[in-house]
Amino acid sequence: MSNITVSSLSKIYKVPYRKPGISASIKHFFDRKYKLITAVDDISFKIDEGEIVGFIGANGAGKTTTLKMLCGLVYPTKGIVSVSGFIPKERNAAFLSQITLVMGQKQQLIWDLPPIETLKVNAAVYGISEKEAKKRIDELASMLELNDELFQPVRKLSLGQRMKSELLASLIHRPSVLFLDEPTLGLDVNAQLRVREFLSMYNKRFNATILLTSHYMQDISSLCKRVVVIHKGRIFYDGALTKLTNKLSPYRNVRIEFDKPQTLDDLKEYCEITQIDYAIATIVVPSSKLSFVVSYLLNNYTIKDLQVIETPLENIISELIRNGTN
Amino acid sequence: MIKLIKKYTNFLVLFWSTSLSIELEYRLNLIVDIFTLVGNLFGSLLVLSLFYTNHHTLGGWSWSAALVVLGLFTTLEGFTSSILQPNLSKIVRYVQLGTLDYVLLKPISSQYWLSFRYFSPWGIPSIIVGFLISIYGVISTSNQFNTISIICSIIMIISSLITLYSIWFILATTSIWFVKVWNVNEVLKSILIAGRFPISSYPNIVRTIFTFIIPIAFLTTIPAEALLGRLDVYWFLFSLIISATLLFTSIRFWLYALNFYTSASS
Repeated sequence: MSNITVSSLSKIYKVPYRKPGISASIKHFFDRKYKLITAVDDISFKIDEGEIVGFIGANGAGKTTTLKMLCGLVYPTKGIVSVSGFIPKERNAAFLSQITLVMGQKQQLIWDLPPIETLKVNAAVYGISEKEAKKRIDELASMLELNDELFQPVRKLSLGQRMKSELLASLIHRPSVLFLDEPTLGLDVNAQLRVREFLSMYNKRFNATILLTSHYMQDISSLCKRVVVIHKGRIFYDGALTKLTNKLSPYRNVRIEFDKPQTLDDLKEYCEITQIDYAIATIVVPSSKLSFVVSYLLNNYTIKDLQVIETPLENIISELIRNGTN
Repeated sequence: MIKLIKKYTNFLVLFWSTSLSIELEYRLNLIVDIFTLVGNLFGSLLVLSLFYTNHHTLGGWSWSAALVVLGLFTTLEGFTSSILQPNLSKIVRYVQLGTLDYVLLKPISSQYWLSFRYFSPWGIPSIIVGFLISIYGVISTSNQFNTISIICSIIMIISSLITLYSIWFILATTSIWFVKVWNVNEVLKSILIAGRFPISSYPNIVRTIFTFIIPIAFLTTIPAEALLGRLDVYWFLFSLIISATLLFTSIRFWLYALNFYTSASS
């Protein structure tokens, strides 16, 4: 069953603009000129309950505006949005109790106090009893590996600890729909991994629907089976991530280290040999023949090391956008 | 309804206890603030004693009666420092940083959150001293307190607080469009200083403006008249209509403004 339905959604912003220079500034002060910017242009998609969908695109593509329309923060110019059966822009209390928005670059924790104080305020606002709040805090804190950090002033915490505390504050009411806007922004590799593991666990435990935007493709590839690619407010691709990678990256690079130098003449009809440097060879293999070529190599040669190098997702996405733009 | 009031009262206790915790977090700042407060109060009382030694009348008000106005003004100043200033000045920052998003996503009235989330204890002494000055003024005029005048006075003081709050909130709401409206707060504070004296002490034209355009008269003079037991029933009703209309306008205006909220970019 679809938990999120977006149909012909558009958002047009009226933005003031002016030419550079002081005379233009004075003119602009008295006579404001505006430009209409289409941030989101007639997009439609559906997300099922419990699904994790990656929402990707370049800066200014319309990701955050879409998320904010789904939360009811920004009113759509046109189109229909339904989240868990609610119309977000009505900002019904029952709706707000079912969703959360986590923004990697903004924070709701009270800067001067320990996170536990924000958690207490949030628990009360969501009508959670003290006993239940304590139970939920303990549960989420153990999933996030947070302990004493909850009792130290937020300003003394590291970025990773702060983000984990933010997640706890955003999830204390156990929302079933999570809108995550770059939740791993600025975190080190370890902290990113922790956040990803937590999100995956939360999704499984509570069957939560998650719409995730991130510029770290590792977040997308490890959490999302499905991606929606947006560019200049329009959807470019909506489907399985593997299908996208296969479609746009039909070849794989394979790096092989043999025990002694090889010519690989027997492989020439299945792949392209791009480089042979003593006992190390790099070949480009069509995705469809990858398993055959790898097993052939393993059966017929003595191999010290073999690596299949995936095309980075970043390259695939920029390729997709370039194709689309052209 | 009672359940709702209870719920929102609980929020208030929680909100204000976290605010006090924030104040207690910085010990040196707390000590400096206490010194500033004592200095300010001492200064106000000195000015007051200078006024009090001159037994003149001001706009038809005896000095004792004018003290009631001054006392109410001091109370309103305390209310401003304790509640209006810490909360409503933050709205501008919420809009600028886009953290208003978090307020709007909570299942609680956003206007309530924005108006009462923080509390500064530094206005309390002014509130208490203001009341004491007013009561002293009433006693000095040899006026007798009776139940009706006390009830009317309490209603008029609440009405004046609502009027002041609503004007402030309406102005703060404009930050949704204009983002930077810090100056508006300063202008408002300067205008409110006019409430320090009885409205009849001003020239006719200013009096009309302070009654019908910027309702300064309803903030201090009218409640003072109620305390002195000489408020006309029409002004009593007029004051109630003004505060109710402004409160209603502030609520509708906020909801209307949210249609235009674009949230700060990520």
